[in-house]
Amino acid sequence: MMGAFLHSRTLLPGAVLTLVFTFAALISLVWVPYDITVLDIANRMKSPNWTHPFGTDQFGRDILSMIMEGARTSIAVALVAVGIGMIIGVPLGLAAAARKGGLLDEVIMRANDLVFAFPSLLIAVMITAVFGASALNAIIAIGIFNIPVFARLTRGAALSLWNREYILAARVAGKGPARISLEHILPNVANLLIVQGTIQFSLGILAEAGLSYVGLGAQPPIASWGRMLADSQTMISLAPHLALFPGLAILLTVLGLNLLGDGLRDILDPRLRRART
Amino acid sequence: MSLLKIESLSLAIHGLKILDDVSMEVAPGRILGVIGESGSGKSITAFSVLQLLPGGAECTGRITLCGKDMLSLKEAELCAMRGREVGMVFQEPMTALNPLKTIGDQVAETILIHERVSKAEAMMRAAEALRRAELPVEKFPLSRYPHELSGGQRQRVVIAMAIALKPKLLIADEPTTALDVTTQAQILNLLRRLVEEDEMGLMLISHDLAVVADLADDLVIMKTGEVVEYGPAKKLFRNFQHPYSKALLAASGHVPAREAQARDVPLLQVREVVRDYTGHSHGWWGKTTLTRAVDKVSFEIRRGESLGLVGESGCGKSTLTRAILGLEDVQSGEILFDGLPVFTHHHANVAVRRRMQVVFQDPYGSFNPRWKVDRLITEPFHLMDKPPTGAARAAAIAEALESVGLTAGDADKYIHEFSGGQRQRIAIARALIIKPDLIILDEAVSALDVSVRAQVLDLLANLSDRFGLTYLFISHDLSVVRSITDRVLVMKSGRIVEEGPTADVFDNPQHSYTQQLVAAAPVLPADVVTAH
Amino acid sequence: MLQYFLKRLLSLGLSLVAASVVIFLALEVVPGDPAAYMLGLNAQEDTLAALREELGLGGSIAERYFSWAGGLLTGDFGTSYTYRTPVAGMIADRLWVSLPLALYALTVSTLIAFPAGIWAASRRGSGADASVMGVTQLGIAIPNFWFAMLMVLVLAIQLRWFSAGGFPGWEAGFLAGMKALTLPAIALALPQASILTRVMRSSLLDTLGEDFIRTARAKGLTRSQALWRHAVRNALIPVLTILGLQFSFLLAGAIIIENVFFLPGLGRLVFQSISARDLIVVESVVMLLVFAVIMVNFAVDMAYAWVDPRLRRRR
Repeated sequence: MMGAFLHSRTLLPGAVLTLVFTFAALISLVWVPYDITVLDIANRMKSPNWTHPFGTDQFGRDILSMIMEGARTSIAVALVAVGIGMIIGVPLGLAAAARKGGLLDEVIMRANDLVFAFPSLLIAVMITAVFGASALNAIIAIGIFNIPVFARLTRGAALSLWNREYILAARVAGKGPARISLEHILPNVANLLIVQGTIQFSLGILAEAGLSYVGLGAQPPIASWGRMLADSQTMISLAPHLALFPGLAILLTVLGLNLLGDGLRDILDPRLRRART
Repeated sequence: MSLLKIESLSLAIHGLKILDDVSMEVAPGRILGVIGESGSGKSITAFSVLQLLPGGAECTGRITLCGKDMLSLKEAELCAMRGREVGMVFQEPMTALNPLKTIGDQVAETILIHERVSKAEAMMRAAEALRRAELPVEKFPLSRYPHELSGGQRQRVVIAMAIALKPKLLIADEPTTALDVTTQAQILNLLRRLVEEDEMGLMLISHDLAVVADLADDLVIMKTGEVVEYGPAKKLFRNFQHPYSKALLAASGHVPAREAQARDVPLLQVREVVRDYTGHSHGWWGKTTLTRAVDKVSFEIRRGESLGLVGESGCGKSTLTRAILGLEDVQSGEILFDGLPVFTHHHANVAVRRRMQVVFQDPYGSFNPRWKVDRLITEPFHLMDKPPTGAARAAAIAEALESVGLTAGDADKYIHEFSGGQRQRIAIARALIIKPDLIILDEAVSALDVSVRAQVLDLLANLSDRFGLTYLFISHDLSVVRSITDRVLVMKSGRIVEEGPTADVFDNPQHSYTQQLVAAAPVLPADVVTAH
Repeated sequence: MLQYFLKRLLSLGLSLVAASVVIFLALEVVPGDPAAYMLGLNAQEDTLAALREELGLGGSIAERYFSWAGGLLTGDFGTSYTYRTPVAGMIADRLWVSLPLALYALTVSTLIAFPAGIWAASRRGSGADASVMGVTQLGIAIPNFWFAMLMVLVLAIQLRWFSAGGFPGWEAGFLAGMKALTLPAIALALPQASILTRVMRSSLLDTLGEDFIRTARAKGLTRSQALWRHAVRNALIPVLTILGLQFSFLLAGAIIIENVFFLPGLGRLVFQSISARDLIVVESVVMLLVFAVIMVNFAVDMAYAWVDPRLRRRR
């Protein structure tokens, strides 16, 4: 398996990119090159140089430090949102599949469809309108939208497994739907969930960036890539580096996660890989 | 003058050798039967004729069809030959047709691809081809979609598509394997008729000697990519040379040695059982439909006997099985096991359920791929009040595995490390481990190769002798049922239409449906079987 | 077919009702006292009372809901608190920017994705396929608003081919309006097209492996004939699903993109209203957008039935 990992064109680069940003985020918990809450007007709008590898913004804050702290925000928000989606969505999907065609199934599917009609942006709009903007709102908005994603995926995968004969064998052995869902169904859909998890993670990062960009996400002094882009907009022709680095950070993190997801899919479930004439 | 001549065909896919020095011939108006078990290369030989091979395939040798060497033709020339000079019928009728196009369009397409005619004329000729395939346009308008047809009907559409341009050669790859016995007989008759009418050559591929015995003029037996036997069918059947062919013939007609130990004590009693399904068209608030899957069925299984249950798909045997196992409640009637009801107040009785177990059909789908064998075969312990643990558990596992001809060490492996036949043995071990009285075998040998099937039947007979087991043997294959059961029930549309000692029912069927089944079932000619 | 249509229509109606209840609860019940919320902490008691009167907050929750929902059905979206004008009018003006933008982007992305996906699938494993996969991999990862900013930087500010933002209004001419919407539409379309291309490609590859394609080849169809006559239409079904799902993301993206280009669309309206705590406007805009998503999904369901005859009639 190690061989496959190292030779993969998607898994290795993906893992590397993801790890780079994860490390940046983790390191930022204890140390950043410069304190981003301190304004240093004398040094404002500097292009990348030796003391400030990514330059400084219009308030003299070090862009590299802001990128590192922004990584923390993005990753934290996206991660918790995926967590919410999985923890609530997967059991719902399993329950719906276990009682296919029944009232529970119908209710869960309708609820799913309803949530799907509300893109995370709209959920965020509603929450912000009432409670004000914050990173927590972003987490909840993105997380809520993740729930039907995982519920629908789990239900679909579970349904195809319920028809297998080994499930019938488990029923003959006297096991009920809950036990079967846990012992047989869940382990066999786990791979699919892991792959989808990385995809939702990357989508979460994009969503968080979009929300912060329009002001609905993390508020100052918490750093966020999306807000850095918003702040840079008016000065884009004077100081393109202000827009370049945050955007690249988002791009590379999302790309890394997508590649990681593709690579995982190839390793975990080679049957999913297309093998056609 | 031969129509198709395959000479020394060798095929490798990405360097892996699949076929080795295969040769055979088909003459106009003659039927060539190609027999082999899974992995013998019979299907891929057929695909080589059409040159519809997967990427990375390399052929050497010669394939001469209507005077042209198929291996040297360019793709455009091959496309011109396919459908016009040679037609092909595949194994799975349910997926062979495009679900989004009408049957008329799909049959007419064969004509339109090869000839410059108007759409209207092509449709007329399509209707004619469908009529020849016994789907007259009055009953089956050209605007029908595949999902509106049964498996047998879809296969007729595929045949119509293949013969629409009256090709010189028809290749049929296991055309009836996925169909019911009676439908199978009809399709084979249809093929025979078409061969006679058109003086067409037919290459009929199958794993079942009996299917081919009737029809074939010439016979080829293949094993792991090689031809082991080839010659005129009648002569060959009486005198197989190669040990593999002899073994295959022996296995096809194999009857395991059993001591019939049936006693007159009833073990399972089914009385006037009715099972209805309320379906809803279009979701839970649509119109309610009531289907009666099991209609006042009554029978009993006696202790120690092996009772067969035959029926075609949709007759209700799976529903009945689930009711007996306590998986589904019944609307009326009762099922008693050794005097105790299987269901009490809509709850299945655990005390009863632990005395019955089941072996399923699909050796590949009946096990959780992530579990090891020891966990897989001890799943029925869930039915026990105090399942054995530790050393007792290990001993139970070892005993079960050894009874089925495997070793205790196999308990530590994953299921994918075993072949189809071995998996069925493990399934039997799983059924045995809690020492039930009754084992239901639901098409348990239907998915196995003929030689493996014979071994598993032997095992089952042996186990029933040793442990005094009672079997309910469900199958659509009459020859298998005949070889291993004492009595048999014939089921149709939810009812038992005939019942009696196996030999009597099959030799002297009383009910018209049984007569139909017996007549349709492919059998090896009597003199062939006795000659060996 | 009629039965399918009616069932879907009923589903549509139920979804709309359920969505409206959710929006109503979120924006009128959860804040507790919407009037107090809107006026802020320092509001006077009599202003509060007047506003409550105006908003009809005297009734029970159910009464208020039905009066609001009833208003929606008759086109009365209430009166904006901050602007003192009927919300319906404000929305209508903005809609004429946001809706064309979304449709423009949808069209562009579909026109690119379908051919690209089919092309990549038919040349599977080749350099062309790999490059399509590479480009789409990047396309999915780029935040569309950042791409928009870069386009503005290069194409508008440096090359001066387009204006950097703003919308002249449709009165200035159809082409002028479309030109103003072009950069935003392209920015929106990029990730959409990338996703759709990949879905089209993988769906087509799946379909090409099906048995009926083999049957078609055995009849004498060439590879490309089998592809175009049999595979493409069958491959569309999963793509349609994704298209429907993506529309909601497209709308959300449009809202965000308007910020980059200073377009006077629904996006700006909703963000200004949030800042101004004008819940009435927010309520109406969210309802409208959700309505659009539900309608599009309904259209997709209808398209399914047109493509797949198995859904049309009862078996």
